[in-house]
Amino acid sequence: MTSRSVPPSTPPERILEEVYRVEWGRLLSLLVSRTRRLDLAEDALSEAFARAADRWPRDGVPDNPAGWLHTTASRQIVGRIRAEAIAGRKAPLLAVRADWDPPDVGVDDLGDDRLHLILLCCHPALPVASRSALALRLVIGTQTDQIARLFLVPRATMAARLTRAKKKIAIAGIPLGAPIGDELRSRLEAVCRTIYLAFTAGYTPSDGPDLLRADLAGDAVRLAVILHQLVPEAAEARSMLALLTLQHARRDARQHDGRLVTLAEQDRSQWHADELRVGLRLVDGLEPGSGYAEELRLQASIAARHARAADAASTDWPAIADDYAALERLTGSAVVRLNRAVAVAEADGPAAGLALLDGLDERLASSHRLGAVRGELAARSGDADLARRSYRRALELCTNEVERRHLVARLAAVDDNGRRPDR
Amino acid sequence: MKYFVLLAGYGEMPAWEELTPEEQEAGMAKHVAFDEACAARSGVEIVSGEALGDGSMATTLRTRSDELTVTDGPFAEAAEHIGGYYLLDAPDLDTVIELCRILPAYDIEIRPALDAP
Repeated sequence: MTSRSVPPSTPPERILEEVYRVEWGRLLSLLVSRTRRLDLAEDALSEAFARAADRWPRDGVPDNPAGWLHTTASRQIVGRIRAEAIAGRKAPLLAVRADWDPPDVGVDDLGDDRLHLILLCCHPALPVASRSALALRLVIGTQTDQIARLFLVPRATMAARLTRAKKKIAIAGIPLGAPIGDELRSRLEAVCRTIYLAFTAGYTPSDGPDLLRADLAGDAVRLAVILHQLVPEAAEARSMLALLTLQHARRDARQHDGRLVTLAEQDRSQWHADELRVGLRLVDGLEPGSGYAEELRLQASIAARHARAADAASTDWPAIADDYAALERLTGSAVVRLNRAVAVAEADGPAAGLALLDGLDERLASSHRLGAVRGELAARSGDADLARRSYRRALELCTNEVERRHLVARLAAVDDNGRRPDR
Repeated sequence: MKYFVLLAGYGEMPAWEELTPEEQEAGMAKHVAFDEACAARSGVEIVSGEALGDGSMATTLRTRSDELTVTDGPFAEAAEHIGGYYLLDAPDLDTVIELCRILPAYDIEIRPALDAP
């Protein structure tokens, strides 16, 4: 979207925000491809947006905002390269693949090189924790202090992490250009894992006032949107987008008065119905596959079954339990087993769920969630002793204040009447 | 760019001298294939490459407070397993990674050589 599709009365500041949201990644990808310099391109584009913030309110918004920004940033780059040459400095260029061509930059149609930029950010030679941060910074344009907020680290730590990652890309010769065949497939998996990590970081409860950071999880959803647009034939990209869209549509219902609200307790009228429709359409077109793509498809299928239920009571738990069973066969994950136990308890009663928790104690020794789930199911099946022991065990392991308050309340309810309060 | 490719006998690749003659021959064939693949690839050249004596053949020099000491053995335990190296000239990291797939199943560390500032 450009200024042409917004009403003419829209203030220039708002137009600029929208152009930043829509065009940052594409403009940066083009500048990076042409200059083969990450730092230079990023600085020049930031400067171009700063100039737009200064000029547009005064002189009016140009007819082609993206073109204006690209031209302004390109002039910056030429000037800086000249200054570097005079100072006798030579910065390392990004390596490129042998078959790599810089994109054509037309006057009206700038082109798009974001796929290469995303693949660069998510290269397996970069530390996992840096990949998500770098993708958000370069492809979405998320500010460094916001990325720090997302991952719950100090700003200086995040700035250093981004700088090191960019330096490694240049020095180690991680190349621009598209991998092909099997390699592209394994690289797409790395990209999906990177996006998923950024998304879940936004929904990891923090101890501070910033309980969830759903706004920044939204930036990860935008990464998934872009990836799906760029490689629509890739099943993992479609499954990833479906999963994140469905989960993110529940954001407004997930917290209330500074506490987390469980799925069952959420006010479903607060779910974004338009986004759920988009997510469900994406899920409907998915075919069973294998590997990580299938993992994502099953998770998206589970999210879709929740989205289709008008209320918690009408959830299709048997189908969700089946999805979790398939997911457990695929991953062998203890966490998946735990989630499966919850679904089975809903479908077949708490005793069936409790039985599935056997053998998880060692595998989930440091997680408070096992105790929390067992406490819940034990309370429901009338075993107050087991419920008390399990909740206490969970409290020993849980460090998050919000979740601790929740567990303390559950334990008190068991002590009060020996059974779980009505939901 | 120049890349230093360090080959370590960990994991699925035991020390060279523990291999049977047949396994050694199969390993050598992979090095030959690697050599040919590098030669066939434009922009890639093996600048040098050697098999190295094992950790017990190593001598370590350390300077502390201007005093040089000479000791037997590698400088770190992990370096015990280093079996050889290549110095490659290659256009980018992905090219090096792709070529290294041809080699026996060493654990391989790739380091870029830094250009003089």
